[in-house]
Amino acid sequence: MKQVLILSGKGGTGKTTLASSLIKISSARAFADCDVDAPNLHLVMEQTKEAKKTDFYGLDVARINQDKCISCDLCRQNCRFDAIKVNGGYSVDYYACEGCAVCTLVCPTDAIDMKGRITGNLSLYKNDTVFSTAELLMGSGNSGLLVTQVKKDLIKNTDASLAIIDGSPGIGCPVIASISGVDMVLLVTEPTLSGFSDMERIVQTSRGFPAKVVVCINKYDLHKENSDKIEKFCQDKKLDFVGKIPFDKAAVSLVNDGLTLVDKEGKSKEAIKGIYENIINLLYGEEKI
Amino acid sequence: MKIAILSGKGGTGKTFVATNLARSSDSSIYLDCDVEEPNGHLFLNGPLLSTSKVSLPIPRVDTTLCDGCKKCVEFCRFNALAFVQKQVIVFDKICHSCGGCKLVCPQDAIYEIEREIGQVESRVYKNTKVYTGRLLPGEESGTAIIGSLLDKVGEGDPLVIIDAPPGSACVVMDSIKDADYCILVAEPSIFGSHNLKMVHELVKMFKKPHAVVLNKSLGDDNPSKAYCIENNIKILTDIPFNKELGKLNAEGKLVVEYDENFKAVFKDLLDKVLKEVKHEASPNT
Repeated sequence: MKQVLILSGKGGTGKTTLASSLIKISSARAFADCDVDAPNLHLVMEQTKEAKKTDFYGLDVARINQDKCISCDLCRQNCRFDAIKVNGGYSVDYYACEGCAVCTLVCPTDAIDMKGRITGNLSLYKNDTVFSTAELLMGSGNSGLLVTQVKKDLIKNTDASLAIIDGSPGIGCPVIASISGVDMVLLVTEPTLSGFSDMERIVQTSRGFPAKVVVCINKYDLHKENSDKIEKFCQDKKLDFVGKIPFDKAAVSLVNDGLTLVDKEGKSKEAIKGIYENIINLLYGEEKI
Repeated sequence: MKIAILSGKGGTGKTFVATNLARSSDSSIYLDCDVEEPNGHLFLNGPLLSTSKVSLPIPRVDTTLCDGCKKCVEFCRFNALAFVQKQVIVFDKICHSCGGCKLVCPQDAIYEIEREIGQVESRVYKNTKVYTGRLLPGEESGTAIIGSLLDKVGEGDPLVIIDAPPGSACVVMDSIKDADYCILVAEPSIFGSHNLKMVHELVKMFKKPHAVVLNKSLGDDNPSKAYCIENNIKILTDIPFNKELGKLNAEGKLVVEYDENFKAVFKDLLDKVLKEVKHEASPNT
């Protein structure tokens, strides 16, 4: 299975809008939302059946048995995450605790143990298509582990030849977890100084992986000069440029109706079709020859 | 006074609101906590005055002392250590710097070195001090950089604007934990309202006083606005989508410096927020 991951660096450039449109136009039978911090793909990918839901356990969290605690303060002194709070008695700050278990090591009275904690929930929709998505619980860390599970759930439940994966903004933990193992990273950027600056950083991050990195611009006509600069940058860096999508005032209302840009005839649909053809050529090109 | 700007969804205009708000006060400090993709300095683009490294301690093993007991490998909850060919190896980027391996080692064979994960840059733009956190590409977590940024602020400081990262995970929580007030920036799509709900729950959980700025509004169809009304969240201002504004923003320009109308909008926004914070601070008056 070929996996195409959509990333952007900057948020709000149109990852989910493009992902949903590509899923529709390619009739992809496998797709996933790896933006576990703020998942949205399910809002435009209507599913007829209920999802199979699973709790996701992240790293354990420490808890202190008040009966055994002698307030020696060693746990607080050794915690590097500032997660031990002294307020009357000793307790663990649930959100600050990273689950390292150093406190259990230093406690002289065995008053601390580690307990499993649910940090997210996974949803798997299995119909004619397979859709894997998840949501990280508020304030949780280590979203990379959850992202890896989203992808595992997708892969083991499908035999499709193409998977389209919606990624998260940024360059950190969930992004790195999502890139691992994909065949192509499709970067969607926008013609703003911020979009451009963030793209350079995500290009740097993606290049540490074997995946092919390709670029498209969304809302390119909002600033043609900047769009030209981005295209030039791609040429210089030898990144395949796969297309540009015009600003479409109807985009927001389509999304709000649970639709995608390819559900309406017009320039946006044509542009996305072009992007789809280009990425398929790049993905399968060598095999065709 | 510290005001955090957050949104859940990326690209709704956090940096747009944060930078223009910072420039609406006579003097201010701006902290860019979106360390994975910091952009505030593109707008508040004063000359770079200094850069300081942010590092984390990571373990190294003195092979002359290590007797291969593997206690460190067994203890590490992050699988950052492995025992391969009679040696302990460290996966630097997976390490959470908890120091557990060093504590557990019976031979005292583990020591720590500093590993750079990013930087904090400082600039001055007009009367705004600008601190930018920057995570090195390939690094996983910017938590420590956010900590360094927040350390830049002292008690008696004037207006501090904290530009938070997107999402509602631990880095967002870290960014807002010292904030006196949170501004949630939302755009008019179901994506925007869904993510607004997520950060709204986050700020409620941490009992942060908060209100919403609606950005890029397009007429009546606005699920984010509907969410605010349904949940009794105060809407501070409603900024309609505007191609000219988009163009200025695309070029890294501050709208308060180019457009009298927006100058007034942001001045008014700041006044409202200051009033709200005062009100929160003395609920009995």
